[in-house]
Amino acid sequence: MLARRIIPCLDIREGRVVKGVAFKNLRDAGDPVERARAYMAGGADELCFLDVTASIEDRPLLIDLIRKLSKVLFIPFTVGGGVRSVDDAKALLRAGADKVGVNTAAVTRPALIAELARQFGNQCVVLSIDALGQGEDAMVTTHGGREVTDRTVCDWAREAVKLGAGEILLNSVDADGARSGFATALVERVIDAVSVPVIASGGAGSAADFVELFTKTRAHAGLAASIFHDGSTTPNDVKKVLQNKGIEVRL
Amino acid sequence: MIGVVDYGAGNMQSLANALDHLGMAWRLAESDADFAQCDRVILPGVGHFQSAMQTLVETGQDRRLAAFADSGKPLLGICLGAQLLLESSEESPGVDGLGLIPGAVVRLVTETVPHMGWNRVRPTRESPIFDAGERDAHYYFAHSYVCDPVSADHRLAVTQCGTSEFCVAVGRDNVRGVQFHPEKSGTVGLQLLERFARC
Repeated sequence: MLARRIIPCLDIREGRVVKGVAFKNLRDAGDPVERARAYMAGGADELCFLDVTASIEDRPLLIDLIRKLSKVLFIPFTVGGGVRSVDDAKALLRAGADKVGVNTAAVTRPALIAELARQFGNQCVVLSIDALGQGEDAMVTTHGGREVTDRTVCDWAREAVKLGAGEILLNSVDADGARSGFATALVERVIDAVSVPVIASGGAGSAADFVELFTKTRAHAGLAASIFHDGSTTPNDVKKVLQNKGIEVRL
Repeated sequence: MIGVVDYGAGNMQSLANALDHLGMAWRLAESDADFAQCDRVILPGVGHFQSAMQTLVETGQDRRLAAFADSGKPLLGICLGAQLLLESSEESPGVDGLGLIPGAVVRLVTETVPHMGWNRVRPTRESPIFDAGERDAHYYFAHSYVCDPVSADHRLAVTQCGTSEFCVAVGRDNVRGVQFHPEKSGTVGLQLLERFARC
């Protein structure tokens, strides 16, 4: 049986880890390579790096960082933020990323997903969705939740998988940063809509939130940032709690 | 000296990083002379069966790999590299594989495809690439097709997903392949690469 995955996420700007609330008041929170190593040692099943500026000028810094990360990380990692073309993705994958995350650019031009899947295989293509709401009318947002589109989350997930997305990273804008639990109803709704693995993101504040996620939904993975940031909780701490609840994890 | 076959496969750099981390001497295996200097060879792979075979044939690597396999020295395929060891694939009907292990590659039938993430691997045959004491260790997978060798003797390990069980390691004498990614499977995966380097 596949283990449920715990995926720490790191926001990157200009080659450094940053943290802030809703992309505001970003503070430097250290060297990404050191943080990544610590997460791997602490039992992370996978890592996710989100380049929050992703301006053209910062690209070389990001590529250099991925090269360094791939030399020390012997677990898979996804890099997202500002991927608009096959060439953007190729640069990240060549540098050592295992998968690329796409979000706003795919909403603007869905054919991007098909181009990436054809070139690199669908296991490399993670579609990230920032969802507003939890019901059937939950809507897709772009630009970090600031702009609401006219697409529903489930329709967009279905279309993206048809185009070739190999995984859905579902981030609840409502739950994000609140640390009061994952948006489980929405997660289960999207799982019903697609046949690929779904990663739930947004809302994790404690190990109990992961227990709730994996008992109430069939999510393949839970992604979180702040809970792991200060180092007091490791992915293994969370996984031990999950294992005690009879949930399959890699320990 | 470990030879690594580079045909533009996505995980080439990850494999190189893992071998470097383990302090293993490796080189790219491109020419006949390269192969002659290697006492074992790894065929990595992420991508499409047809385009990979096309590149191997165009560069003559299919012939070199077959000759290397005949020499009796250890050959290891990883992910797509493992699938290429078989005769054909449902991913690319009509395209010949390397044919070093009799059988075909078939589309995975499970609740979610791709089969992505960490799953337990249960060795079903003794093999030097698995630890004799190894019981259901987790390895990292990312694939939609699986190897289906004709002979049960060539199935080295299986994995379960939902209600289906499928072959995730193949082997025929010195030729072996693993469907998972040892270079991305943490300590457990690095140990498998170390065992391959010793076998």
